[in-house]
Amino acid sequence: MTFVAKPAAHHPRLPRNELGLTRRDYEGSVSTLCAGCGHDSVSAAIVQACAELAIPPHRFAKVSGIGCSSKTPTYFLGKSHGFNSVHGRMPSVTTGANLANRELYCIGISGDGDSASIGMGQFAHIVRRRIDMLYIVDNNGTYGLTKGQFSATNDKGSTSKKGAPNLYEPIDLAGIALQLGATFVGRSFSGDKHQLVPLIKAGLLHRGFAFIDVISPCVAFNNHAGSTKSYEYVRGHRGDVVAADFVPKHHEITADYAPGTREDVMMPDGSLLRLRKLADDYDPHDRVDALAYLQRKQREGEVVTGLLYLDADATDCHKILNTVDAPLNSLAEADLCPGNAALASINGTFR
Amino acid sequence: MTRYNDFVIKFANVNGSGSASANGMFAKALFRMGIPVGTRNIFPSNIQGLPTWFEVRVNERGYLGRREGVDIMVAMNAETYEEDVASIVPDGYLVYDSSKPLARELRRMDIHEVPLPISTLLLSEFSDPKQRALFKNIVYVGALSALLNIDFDVLTGMISAQYKGKDALIKPNIHALEIGRNYALEYVKCPLPIQVKRCDAVGDKIMIDGNTAAALGCIYGGATVCAWYPITPSTSVAEAFERYANRLRIDKATGRKKFAIMQAEDELAAIGMVIGAAWNGARAFTATSGPGISLMSEFLGLAYFAEIPAVVFDIQRAGPSTGMPTRTQQSDLISATYASHGDTKHVLLIPSDPKECFQFAADALDLADRLQTPVIVLSDLELGMNDMMCEPLEWDDARRYDRGKVYHADDLDRIEKFGRYVDVDDDGIGYRTYPGTHPSKGSFFTRGTSRDAYARYTEDPEIYTENMDRLTKKWHTAATLVPAPRIVQGVQPRPFGIIYYGTSESPMDEALDLLADDGIHVDRMRIRAVPFSDEVYEFIATHELSFIVEQNRDAQMRTLLVNEGDVDPAKLVPVRYYGGLSISADTIYEQVRNHFVANKLARISEVQR
Repeated sequence: MTFVAKPAAHHPRLPRNELGLTRRDYEGSVSTLCAGCGHDSVSAAIVQACAELAIPPHRFAKVSGIGCSSKTPTYFLGKSHGFNSVHGRMPSVTTGANLANRELYCIGISGDGDSASIGMGQFAHIVRRRIDMLYIVDNNGTYGLTKGQFSATNDKGSTSKKGAPNLYEPIDLAGIALQLGATFVGRSFSGDKHQLVPLIKAGLLHRGFAFIDVISPCVAFNNHAGSTKSYEYVRGHRGDVVAADFVPKHHEITADYAPGTREDVMMPDGSLLRLRKLADDYDPHDRVDALAYLQRKQREGEVVTGLLYLDADATDCHKILNTVDAPLNSLAEADLCPGNAALASINGTFR
Repeated sequence: MTRYNDFVIKFANVNGSGSASANGMFAKALFRMGIPVGTRNIFPSNIQGLPTWFEVRVNERGYLGRREGVDIMVAMNAETYEEDVASIVPDGYLVYDSSKPLARELRRMDIHEVPLPISTLLLSEFSDPKQRALFKNIVYVGALSALLNIDFDVLTGMISAQYKGKDALIKPNIHALEIGRNYALEYVKCPLPIQVKRCDAVGDKIMIDGNTAAALGCIYGGATVCAWYPITPSTSVAEAFERYANRLRIDKATGRKKFAIMQAEDELAAIGMVIGAAWNGARAFTATSGPGISLMSEFLGLAYFAEIPAVVFDIQRAGPSTGMPTRTQQSDLISATYASHGDTKHVLLIPSDPKECFQFAADALDLADRLQTPVIVLSDLELGMNDMMCEPLEWDDARRYDRGKVYHADDLDRIEKFGRYVDVDDDGIGYRTYPGTHPSKGSFFTRGTSRDAYARYTEDPEIYTENMDRLTKKWHTAATLVPAPRIVQGVQPRPFGIIYYGTSESPMDEALDLLADDGIHVDRMRIRAVPFSDEVYEFIATHELSFIVEQNRDAQMRTLLVNEGDVDPAKLVPVRYYGGLSISADTIYEQVRNHFVANKLARISEVQR
């Protein structure tokens, strides 16, 4: 970690977004993670994505569980409220936060220990409920804060820093999200900002539940030869299926692609998500095929990345619950309290 | 000699046989005749087939606690005949289906038998065997109307009201009532020497269960998020909330809902959702029982330390572990107060009747916001799941929700520097902000790790200690805000007191009258909340000795008093019952009296002499 405080002054020519804000307005405090940690790259990608989307930086709710990944909400979006909750329970806290105020952008940050082990149940159920949020797993295959135990996403046979092999089958969170009906599933790599930033933008704007599994190497405990979550391994074994480029609203579309290889998807705010197929045999709108593809490639030792699945017509939990448009936390007595006259008639039904 | 409006009648049935509605109708009929009734469902953890009982205490003086011994047993379950017959007091009555003769070994010479050939009577009247089974219950209610002199019009009126819109069901139901009634009138000397008589002892009271009242309290108190996981005996809190919210909380213009209910995957998620919603400024609650409190403990500690409001209804049942899930107890006192690791403690509100369930639900939502901490409403199965007589529910239309100390955007513009945990008002409570309030001010990081007054992570021993001490200060503030104890003292101070809480209220009048008959007069105090206010400690200090009545084995309230208030344990004599039924007046009377006898304590009558 660095002990140098961020300078208050910043470069005068930093680009400004539609709100007149720079990337610095979307940053948080200085990271206390190890130098080179993949998680810091994810935080930086979040900062860039939010700044480019020009969402007011206080309109996010950042929620996390426990672990290295869950410390990161301190390091981005410092003008927003953050909640570092308990281990594996980020999904339930975010569910409550979203029920209370549907207007905030909810970002849930979790890790592989937080989501694939102690929080597996909550992970599964938040997918089912379609809570309108972006759920990011900083997936490094190891328990960093307790110094390098295997996590449940670690591949069978992948070795620890001391050389011991992992004996158990891995849990693929992206595959599980697909199976449980997630309407936006992506996988990316913390070392590839060009892929990750557009995915984060699309995930934030997606209506309903968006999940991104980000392979994010742990430089301290899981970046050695023999690990399948190291920078080197991921770079050498990636297979990108669909690239997603984000085209802001009112942006002139000029690029030209061969027919059949690209598709423009309208996002709820009017912006476009341009999907470019990098694997011919992959369809990001077919849940069943996507799942089969993922499993086949995993068997072959390939890390499939990109936008894995998208249902652009998805809805969210508030739609399912049929709640009013106004955030529930904004309702007061006039909306909530039926008054004593109504109570008198209720009393009458108990006589 | 005829005895009016003073008896215990118990119905022994088979679970799932439709007896609950018939038995409920019986109790309600007496209530509508102006006679106080207390009802108790004694049911198994089962859906169909196991024995179940319904007990009604009828008492014009308003003694509605459970009383030992049964005056009239309606024995409809052959499987439990033996224990049912044995529970009848001498000179009591056994009403049974005599279509099959009663086994000789079950007969008692000291009770009266009232044989009713119910199955046989129904056989000739109804061809559908399913209908015959259901109407068995209606037939005995009809017979009881003659045996006990219940206004028949009240019963037929209830049938008509119950099946309004389903008129085809009214006639056969009333016919079934008549079959029982006519048989009794013809073959039994009616009414029995134990009977009812219209009176005016009910007034405008209502009969409602505590869970329904609590749910209404949440509606009135402005809860918008309910997250829960099904567990007996708390389930009906969430279900009643949903029922009433769907009537009372629908936006008229759009038909959309001004509430969100989430049935969570477990209790951990339920409390997590409540905490997330409350953090984000909505009023939220969950309902559970003892096992749920165990599961929620980690999150409750987070809410205590991070200072987030949360309202939890703990409808207690008999523990430990799964215990007796359909029986009542007050055994979560300590686990609820100190739920979670570290130096954690929580505010408890302890209602004793449905009206208090309603009030305390709304109060809990206010207090949780005011104190920025979890508030646990500690009810129990006896109160939560049984219809109980109480004063009508009331709401003051001038009442405004106390959302506690919250800075909104204009407040933030006004103040120089915001610190989430700064003790501005010297009461241990800081000001919070809701997420998304202001573009540049008022955001902070909520965490379960230690932090300074500005919500920045710290492991500084002094800052940590200061923060913990501020939480203690907040605890003392809470003691001044929670419902005060209800104290009834003699004109002259008496040397002895009796302390109790929750549903031990039901038998207390009767128990104290029994003791008074023996010359034992005590002052009484009903504790209604934790932390304890000064009045609680004063009561203990000004009495030589106090009995403390509890429905748990380990005298948990006594432990709390000793622990929290440094009370001399010798001044608190435990009176305990933990068998899973509600505590009876006889139990309290006997234990207190025995203590007087064993310790040769002077009774008031003797002192005055």
